[in-house]
Amino acid sequence: MSEQPDKAPPAIVLAHAQLAAGLVSAVEQITGMGSRFVAMSNTGLSGAELEQKLRALVEATGARVVFTDLPAGSCNIAAFRLLRDRDVIVVSGVNLPALLHFVTHPNLSPEEAATEAVERGVPTLKVTLGTARGN
Amino acid sequence: MAIELYRIDDRLIHGQVIVGWGQPMGLGFLVLVDDEVASSDWEQELYRMGVPPELDVFFASVAEATLKLEQWNRDKRPGILLTSDIDTMVRLAVAKQSTIRAVNLGGIHHRADRVERLRYLYLTGGEVRALQELEHQGVEVTARDVPASRPVPLSALLEGHGEEGAA
Repeated sequence: MSEQPDKAPPAIVLAHAQLAAGLVSAVEQITGMGSRFVAMSNTGLSGAELEQKLRALVEATGARVVFTDLPAGSCNIAAFRLLRDRDVIVVSGVNLPALLHFVTHPNLSPEEAATEAVERGVPTLKVTLGTARGN
Repeated sequence: MAIELYRIDDRLIHGQVIVGWGQPMGLGFLVLVDDEVASSDWEQELYRMGVPPELDVFFASVAEATLKLEQWNRDKRPGILLTSDIDTMVRLAVAKQSTIRAVNLGGIHHRADRVERLRYLYLTGGEVRALQELEHQGVEVTARDVPASRPVPLSALLEGHGEEGAA
């Protein structure tokens, strides 16, 4: 348990192109809790500009958790740069199930919520084969 | 195989490099040439953190890269050499004349004194002259952010004919 859910700062979703906005809009559609995330894009930004903008957003929102998409992508690396001097948690490889779990467990601490979100998000990626093959 | 792509990109290691170029190339290693990164363990750790474990990442200053370029070019795996700015690539190309035959402009972003040439490419007058000098030395300079886009020769870029389109 940590902060009161309605007083907790939002988490940041930082991703390529319009992915973050899309994920957050999906969270809003499914749960009505999209406002617990702030979406940010890397479009048109250099690495330095991306880091600067992310720092400003963390400062402005008080966010403790930054979800990023592609490991070793510019969003991911910009977020990692904050680990050196900010008390933030970076999640790599974000997907919708992870965000949904995070947002629907507001009573967990940021560390617990981020860890559980990853644990919940990873196994949702799977292959399902049709039964019509070979017919 | 050796170094197949010499790329200038101010984001250095990022998605377009690892996935966009790396996947179709079957990338085996990356060389990041940057004097500042080469002297910082933290910066090196940062860039290694998200890179797939099967991919080797080498860090070098321009001076170190000058000495090791032949060694990397003997590597049987395909590799990419990255610099974050034009000056670093020019210094390396001048030091290793005839080794670097083509340079890819992958991403140089907006700055107050730069002019937009492509969506992902902004250049100052000095940077344009440095690239032209590189071409005069026999190095082919083209802009191309990802393999699926059309390469734009430096001359077309400077004449304002750099409209992008799929290859």
